[in-house]
Amino acid sequence: DVISSGINAEYGGSAAALETSDTVFTQYREVGVYLWRGFTLDSVMNQCFATHKDNTKGRQMPIHYSAKALNIQTVSSTLATQVPNAVGYAYSNKINNKNAVTATFFGEGAASEGDVHAAMNMASTLSCPTLFICRNNGYAISTSTSDQYYGDGIAVRAIGYGMRCVRIDGNDVFAVYNGVRAARALALEHSCPVLVELMTYRVGHHSTSDDSTAYRSIDEVNYWDREDSPVGRLAKHLIARDLWSTDLEDAYAKECRKEIMTAFGRAESERGPNPLWMFDDVYDSPSPHITEQREQLREHLERYGDNYPLDKYMPLD
Amino acid sequence: SSGINAEYGSEMLCKRLLSKTGGLVSSVRHAAHFTYTPQTPPAHLGETTKLNMFQSINNALDIALGSDDSAVLFGEDVAFGGVFRCSLGLQDKYGASRVFNTPLTEQGIIGFGIGAAAAGSTAIAEIQFADYIFPGFDQLVNEAAKYRYRSGNEYDCGRLTVRAPWGAVGHGALYHSQSPEAYFAHTPGLKIVVPRGPIQAKGLLLSCILDNNPCIFFEPKILYRLAAEEVPLGTYTIPLSQAEIVRQGTDVTMIGWGTVVHVLLEVASMAEEQLGVSCEVIDLQTIAPYDAQTIEASVKKTGKAMVVHEAPLTQGFGAEIAARLQEKCFLHLEAPVQRVAGWDTPFPYIYEPFYLPDKWRCLDTVKKLVDFM
Repeated sequence: DVISSGINAEYGGSAAALETSDTVFTQYREVGVYLWRGFTLDSVMNQCFATHKDNTKGRQMPIHYSAKALNIQTVSSTLATQVPNAVGYAYSNKINNKNAVTATFFGEGAASEGDVHAAMNMASTLSCPTLFICRNNGYAISTSTSDQYYGDGIAVRAIGYGMRCVRIDGNDVFAVYNGVRAARALALEHSCPVLVELMTYRVGHHSTSDDSTAYRSIDEVNYWDREDSPVGRLAKHLIARDLWSTDLEDAYAKECRKEIMTAFGRAESERGPNPLWMFDDVYDSPSPHITEQREQLREHLERYGDNYPLDKYMPLD
Repeated sequence: SSGINAEYGSEMLCKRLLSKTGGLVSSVRHAAHFTYTPQTPPAHLGETTKLNMFQSINNALDIALGSDDSAVLFGEDVAFGGVFRCSLGLQDKYGASRVFNTPLTEQGIIGFGIGAAAAGSTAIAEIQFADYIFPGFDQLVNEAAKYRYRSGNEYDCGRLTVRAPWGAVGHGALYHSQSPEAYFAHTPGLKIVVPRGPIQAKGLLLSCILDNNPCIFFEPKILYRLAAEEVPLGTYTIPLSQAEIVRQGTDVTMIGWGTVVHVLLEVASMAEEQLGVSCEVIDLQTIAPYDAQTIEASVKKTGKAMVVHEAPLTQGFGAEIAARLQEKCFLHLEAPVQRVAGWDTPFPYIYEPFYLPDKWRCLDTVKKLVDFM
């Protein structure tokens, strides 16, 4: 799974700065945006465990959330493909006079993809009210920014497209909030795209399959985790104003962990969807050749079902 | 339904080939490798007018934009009318926010189209040549095709239609002649459609635009001017995933799509005259999902089948059809299923007369089929 530690100000700050009418296209590290808008822990866990209760019907691997009710588009593993999608979405909104921006998140690594160049060029040429929010967290898996780009990061690329941009301390939740809020207002007022680059650091490994000690020093990680962590800085700020305390923090962390593990436990015991749901939603309505294959599988399972983990799935209909 | 009217003689084509930047590349004259057989418009569709294929497509786009306020048409050079004139007059009529040029970026055009469709716009994206669709392959295969499925049907981009000029044009060589349908037919979630002429182009394109799945509509570019017939003026659709038996026959089933259907119609006449063989010519029309029922029924009747396409033989869509036919019609077959296709080379320039699955190779294949047993 993809981990989000050390990058929390990005989500809290940017999600809070957007309106729920702003459609969001995420990359994969933005569960914070989903949670901010009200995605429940049960929804998270049901998707991660691909249970029959998952709103995306167990179609994708963990963390590939989708939340139409919250105006957040589906995560796909392919990097940067969402960026031109967001631009087209914004264009449609613009010509239909919708009072909303379309926001899309991507990392500094994904920013190297051609889709991002194509999207920014189209957004500026066609005046699409789009927020390009780049999380520059120092690493794309093991590739540090020195192997990712030679120029001055991502924000300055906007100048090449005739686009407005801002670079923000991504570990300062208030700066992120204020910056994204201002970018949003600009995008709406001028029906234009704005590039926001959030400078931060990926404390965690890239994912549960990664061990980042293989490519960076523990001292480097510890520096960011202790000296310049978004949660740490916010905590210090609130504590200094008697709005928070380490006791409250410990209690809250404990409570969160309990909620998460309870939801985890609930989902873990749920069964997967009816296996025949595999054949639905390829097209808007069933195609004869898919129906034919569905029946082939059903017939196969009638005879060989004992060799399959059918007990871990809802019954065939 | 369609019949065979007076055939035109082989036409001299005078065609200018535009480079991607709009400059003149070459001006050549070739005899087309086939004779276009004008199709008969269905009588119940009423009043007709003579249109060539780019005009009938222009008409379909006009109808789509006129009847659906959410419809937008975009791509390279569409504003002035498009390099093949398919969007002539449409920006003037519907305005620049609905008919507009994009920068030169197929991945951007298709990615943008997916997003616009997801937002509720009927998005009609033009790719200037099917040969240039590949920068957008990722968007089509990984995003458009999977948009609905991966979201558990919460989202879709069904309002997207991608159009691209397709197929041999006489002098197009490697990069202005390709028929890439096989790459996309392998992707569940996309629909792929190829018309054989102006009547079908209008009806099938309107179906694609109305269809609630992302569709790729390949337009045989050699037919844009060369193919002209009486086309119904009104709004009509031709159903997707339905093949059409263009010529009935009893001895050999011939399956093709696009330009090649006209080659097959000519071969069917030759086979009747020269060999006394009655050929049934089927236009598949929709490549994916295809109408297996019609072709299986035909092959069970004739016992002899051939699939013909310009795309290279290996892994061309004929391979799928051949596999299906031998699986479903095995006991009815009197000969192995034959394929006549472009050779397994890049589409060559000066060799084009030898490359294409022309009427002589197809006639020879008919002989092979009837002589097998």
